[in-house]
Amino acid sequence: MSDVAVLEVAGVGVSFSGRRILDDVSFDIRHGEFTGLIGSNGVGKTTLLRIILGLQRPDTGAVRILGAPLSRRNRSLGYVPQKVALDPDVPLRARDLVALGLDGHRYGLGRRTRAQRELVERMLRDVDAERFADHRVGRLSGGEQQRILVAHALISQPKLLLLDEPLANLDPKSVQEMVALLHRVASQHDVAILLSAHEMNALLPVMDRIVYVTGGRAASGTTDEVVRSDVLSKLYGHHVDVLKLHGRVLVVAEPGTDGDDIPDHPPLTVT
Amino acid sequence: MFSGFMTTTWEIATLVGVVAGAVGFFVVLRGSAFPAHAIPNGAFAGAAGANLIGLNPLIGLGVFSLLAALGIGTLGRRGRADVVTALALVLMLALGAAFLSQSTEYEPQIYSLLFGQILGVSTSEILPVAALGVLCLAALAVLYRRMMLSSILPEVAAARGVQPHRMETVLLVVLACATTMTVPVVGALLIFTLMIGPPAAARCLSDRPGRVLVASVAIALVTVWSAIASSFETDWPVGFFVGTFSALSYGAGRAYAGWRARRGTRTRSRR
Amino acid sequence: MHLLFEPGFLSSGTVHTALLIGAVTAIVSAIVGVFTVIRSQSFAGHAFTDIATTGGSGAFILGLNPLVGFIGGGIIGAGAMDLIGVQRVRSRDLSTGIVLGAATGLSALFLYLDTTQSATTGATQQILFGSIFEVDPSIIPVVVALSIAVLFALGVIHRPLLLSSVSSELASARGIGVRLVGLWYVIALAVSVGLASIAIGSILSTALLIGPAATALRMTRSLGHALVAACALGTVTTWLGILLAYDSYYWDPGSRGLPVSFFIVAIACSLYVASGLSVVQRFGGRVRDRTGLQAGA
Repeated sequence: MSDVAVLEVAGVGVSFSGRRILDDVSFDIRHGEFTGLIGSNGVGKTTLLRIILGLQRPDTGAVRILGAPLSRRNRSLGYVPQKVALDPDVPLRARDLVALGLDGHRYGLGRRTRAQRELVERMLRDVDAERFADHRVGRLSGGEQQRILVAHALISQPKLLLLDEPLANLDPKSVQEMVALLHRVASQHDVAILLSAHEMNALLPVMDRIVYVTGGRAASGTTDEVVRSDVLSKLYGHHVDVLKLHGRVLVVAEPGTDGDDIPDHPPLTVT
Repeated sequence: MFSGFMTTTWEIATLVGVVAGAVGFFVVLRGSAFPAHAIPNGAFAGAAGANLIGLNPLIGLGVFSLLAALGIGTLGRRGRADVVTALALVLMLALGAAFLSQSTEYEPQIYSLLFGQILGVSTSEILPVAALGVLCLAALAVLYRRMMLSSILPEVAAARGVQPHRMETVLLVVLACATTMTVPVVGALLIFTLMIGPPAAARCLSDRPGRVLVASVAIALVTVWSAIASSFETDWPVGFFVGTFSALSYGAGRAYAGWRARRGTRTRSRR
Repeated sequence: MHLLFEPGFLSSGTVHTALLIGAVTAIVSAIVGVFTVIRSQSFAGHAFTDIATTGGSGAFILGLNPLVGFIGGGIIGAGAMDLIGVQRVRSRDLSTGIVLGAATGLSALFLYLDTTQSATTGATQQILFGSIFEVDPSIIPVVVALSIAVLFALGVIHRPLLLSSVSSELASARGIGVRLVGLWYVIALAVSVGLASIAIGSILSTALLIGPAATALRMTRSLGHALVAACALGTVTTWLGILLAYDSYYWDPGSRGLPVSFFIVAIACSLYVASGLSVVQRFGGRVRDRTGLQAGA
């Protein structure tokens, strides 16, 4: 196992129409680590992911994948985007979409070899998608589509899998299933995971590290290191309390301050 | 029907069917209704203009189709997309009408450019038309997988180095070439039915993209051949038969899909 | 004066008819067009032009005045659309497109039969691209009556129409029959497309429907101002088009002149493009400020 970090984000900052969205964000991801990128909606998580993927350029800072600077065709990264609108009539089976994960970037018509087809079969098994492998992608449920997208991203054997808010529109049971599935395939395929979410509790059992983002700034480390009153208060710029109860975490702002920037904050009563 | 001057017509018709079926597969996949309408209208104006200054109409078709194709990329984003679309389409038709009003054979020329003509392409033109056709098919073959990926998952494609913007431009240029070679026979107002009906029908026949593409070409061929034969027998315009048969094939496709779905539920409930 | 108005323009009876028909149809199109643009239903507007084409060419065979076909076809189409549902789901887009294609194909057949059976020439040109100088003055009363009917119908439902265009849920909540209002509007749209088809031809009628309306909406902020501006722009466009077409006969010796519809479309598009230029936007802004309207978002 190499000592080079799979992903190095160093001092990344980016502005958009005068507003500083991300400021001096730094963190590393090591081989096989499961990292949660936690922050409320609109805080810049998608922007950060896009910068890592090379789809957007930061104003400051640098991103390195396996020690090398970003290049256009990064095969070491797999990506599962947030909102995928699939037309139910598109003639593409789940299986075909996964296969495109292998060779969608290639030129020519390409006949798939038996080895490739078996690889597709194995991936479908790994994400529990055999049942609907021959159904049209656009007709699958949200959760099923997501599993196919994960298979699509994993089949090229990336070192790091990026997922943008995969848990956002799922019911609590599906959230648990998805988290368990991701944890399983991560270790099966020896791939690091960076997953953005606005609620961290579902990920606590599987997260190795957390990158907590608010107001453009980020704190990274293990959950014990980061999810603490002093660290988060410094990050937010005002006092917050961290409550831990039954293995769950609750971040609460003081009355009088706005809970808006705290992910999943319970509504404050107005007195 | 199969001898003499009609040989050229059958050769051209076959090319038209294959190209329209193949290009149409991607038009329907990407929902490119606007370009499919706009480029033929531009072609109409171009042919009319070329006719006015004594050039071969194919040149006018080609140049204006290409201009329309390249213009669409920039035009679609400015102002209100739907308004700009409608006005641009109509302006090109009006321009064509103006060009044609200056020539002596106003009426028959409008008619054949808009609604098609069996003898729309002469023997001397078969080589350039065939060349354009081969060019279209070659481009689609080389870019098949990349086009599929960027059409279904544009963000993921971008992350893998397949620029959706570039794919869009390529498809527009291919559409321009396809329009140039098909409009003389099928007509500017009806060519889009050939690029939409057969592929839409093909989608109802299979879930696998490769098979759907082949079916699309097959149905387009049958449509064009029947249209030419019917037009030859009745003297009625080719465009009428193309429009009608495309609609019928789509209806048949949908009916088949409905029957398949109902048969599927019946067998499932019997278990 | 002679530079602008070629001889005989102001005294010609044909021109008078054309100017009247032009103005009336332009006003109706402009008003219906404003609602069409607000509702983002340019697609439906386009659909009706294809249906109008079929109707017009069919009427020709039956020896009826094209106006009957333009409007009759449009109303049947409106009913059919209501049944299918004019929602913009992708598969519906496809189905509608294919049906319109078939309708256009049918137009091709009708126009072919027109030329062979009735031995009249110019059917294609007349139906598709308009022939405002050849309109029979006897249909003026019908045109005017239908225009007034459309405007009246829109006037009656304009508030519920506006509300349901902005949000159909809000409208339903207030007890407005969204579907009925929609149907009412679609019929008005069909009739106005039919009327515009006489002036400018069926496949070009979109320009008169959308052009002045979209331009007006860019330059004003209240509905009332937009409607007035659209009518003014539409009438100016049509009259200028008629004038230029008439003049164009005299530009070159032996010239055949350019079609009226071409000028109308070209002017309508130019006005729209011009309204997007920053100079004009600033002027519009000053007008808006002075009249106390809010500047654009």
